Amino acid sequence: MSKARSAPLRAALIHLALIAYTLVALFPVFLTLVNSLKNRNAIFREPMSFPTPSTFSLIGYETVLNQGDFLGYFQNSLIVTVVSIALVLLTGAMAAFALSEYRFRGNTLMGLYLALGIMIPIRLGTVAILQGMVAAGLVNTLTSLILVYTAQGLPLAIFILSEFMRTVSDDLKNAGRIDGLSEYAIFFRLVLPLVRPAMATVAVFTMIPIWNDLWFPLILAPGEATKTVTLGAQMFIGQYVTNWNAVLAALSLAILPVMVLYVIFSRQLIRGITSGAVK
Amino acid sequence: MSDTEIADIEPVPVKRPTRWHIAVFLAPAFLVYTAVMILPLIETLRLSLFNMIEGRLAFVGFDNFARLFSDPRLSTDFWNALKNNVIFFIIHMLVQNPVGIAIAAMLSVPNLRFAAFYRSAIFVPTLLSFVIVGFIWKLILSPIWGIAPNMMDWVGLKWAFAPWLGKPETALVTVSLISVWQYVGIPMMLIYAALLNIPEEVLEAAECDGITGWSQFWKIKLPLILPSIGIVSVLTFVGNFNAFDLIYTVQGALAGPNGATDILGTLLYRTFFGFQNQMGDRSMGATIAAVMFLIILAGVSLYLFVIQRRMRRYQF
Repeated sequence: MSKARSAPLRAALIHLALIAYTLVALFPVFLTLVNSLKNRNAIFREPMSFPTPSTFSLIGYETVLNQGDFLGYFQNSLIVTVVSIALVLLTGAMAAFALSEYRFRGNTLMGLYLALGIMIPIRLGTVAILQGMVAAGLVNTLTSLILVYTAQGLPLAIFILSEFMRTVSDDLKNAGRIDGLSEYAIFFRLVLPLVRPAMATVAVFTMIPIWNDLWFPLILAPGEATKTVTLGAQMFIGQYVTNWNAVLAALSLAILPVMVLYVIFSRQLIRGITSGAVK
Repeated sequence: MSDTEIADIEPVPVKRPTRWHIAVFLAPAFLVYTAVMILPLIETLRLSLFNMIEGRLAFVGFDNFARLFSDPRLSTDFWNALKNNVIFFIIHMLVQNPVGIAIAAMLSVPNLRFAAFYRSAIFVPTLLSFVIVGFIWKLILSPIWGIAPNMMDWVGLKWAFAPWLGKPETALVTVSLISVWQYVGIPMMLIYAALLNIPEEVLEAAECDGITGWSQFWKIKLPLILPSIGIVSVLTFVGNFNAFDLIYTVQGALAGPNGATDILGTLLYRTFFGFQNQMGDRSMGATIAAVMFLIILAGVSLYLFVIQRRMRRYQF
């Protein structure tokens, strides 16, 4: 440890800079959450202070829960996200296993083909996707969103999972084969449990863009019955733009689930990024 | 693995039963990916070569592109959106990535206390949806609520406040900076990971040669993390040239004021679906999507075949 690297002054400056940026990052979120719990006057008169007994009010949340069908939106988002992640993980892991385990003609080509989608955004095909969904009668169904998000999540999932599957020991799989396990049993009973940490990483990476997406819900499923939270909040806020209590409460309701998931999964997420899973 | 290897080495190939399980493993992902992603992408590119002539879809070659680039009704919007998109990207490269690298460099200082806390907190905005981010900033910057002018008042800068989102000269920069605020977490994390992967011996050797602190960062660490900076740049490029949600949330589909924040994503949305008195146009929508595809493809190819090849990779 050299002098320069442990100098207390330098450490203090670094802390100062990081604290400053942390405030910049968290302040808007804090402001929204705090003000969503206050009455209208307090929101404008003292936006920076915490709600006190005299300024505390849940009127915004009441408006949101009475006017918009937020529980329904939550349910839609949850169904779309969970089913898409499950499909991405299952089909993605199967494809990754085939690519990393077997040698067959076209293996490299197939790998490259499936990796194209990492760089080329699926949005660019929207015109034809909408056409196809109309033809298949899937417009305004959650199925259409699930299909699109599964396709969107697969490339990165296959890429990350096949990297991890290469590290599973061959001896283990061969021992399974000698014991008479079928290739399917080897995959489901030996390999899948071993790549669970990688699956968690993929799940988190897949989840964030799906939960937050506005484009596809807006285009494929804008109907009241299939709105996701992101689209529901967007439209609700657009309508109630002058009702500050309701807007702040809607924003807080949209923030909370993401924060809860982040607290639960942050370790996986950060480990995934820092272990080089997305390089 | 071993039985296939033996089969590969043997001079006379042994006749093997077709390995159906490979197809079974690949089929679901292949089918969904092909049907929902690749085929629509190809179909969109194909549609960009067709247009409605007398009520029927007819092949028009590159006519749509010619109109997009030079017919004043379309080209004014297109070139405006492209120019704005380039500025949007440049601001990200100049602000988001250097700030991300700086934070990562500070976080990677050995034995820094609370590093995990800072890292998690600074990553929070990246997780939020554009809708949340867009509206929060719209409220903060709103002169009605007065958060921004009041805070500037504390440091004596109240005179400098203006309704930035509402003025054509400042709207694009403001929206870009909101997007930067949201996405700083990504370069921070990737660069942080790269910095952690630099072996201790390299840094110790540098210290033995008297290279410490700032000069150590510039002379030793920065060259070693260049490949990660390359990846961050190409991710930024792809993300920026296909952005839509934030502008739509903050400024609406018209990307106001007066088209000042219009980028290719919002232009595609308006052209394809129509907005207010403008009719939706599938062919022109497909044409704009095709142009976006070509721009992104060009950027990614430039990275893969030129920048990445030239970049030196160090093996430890």
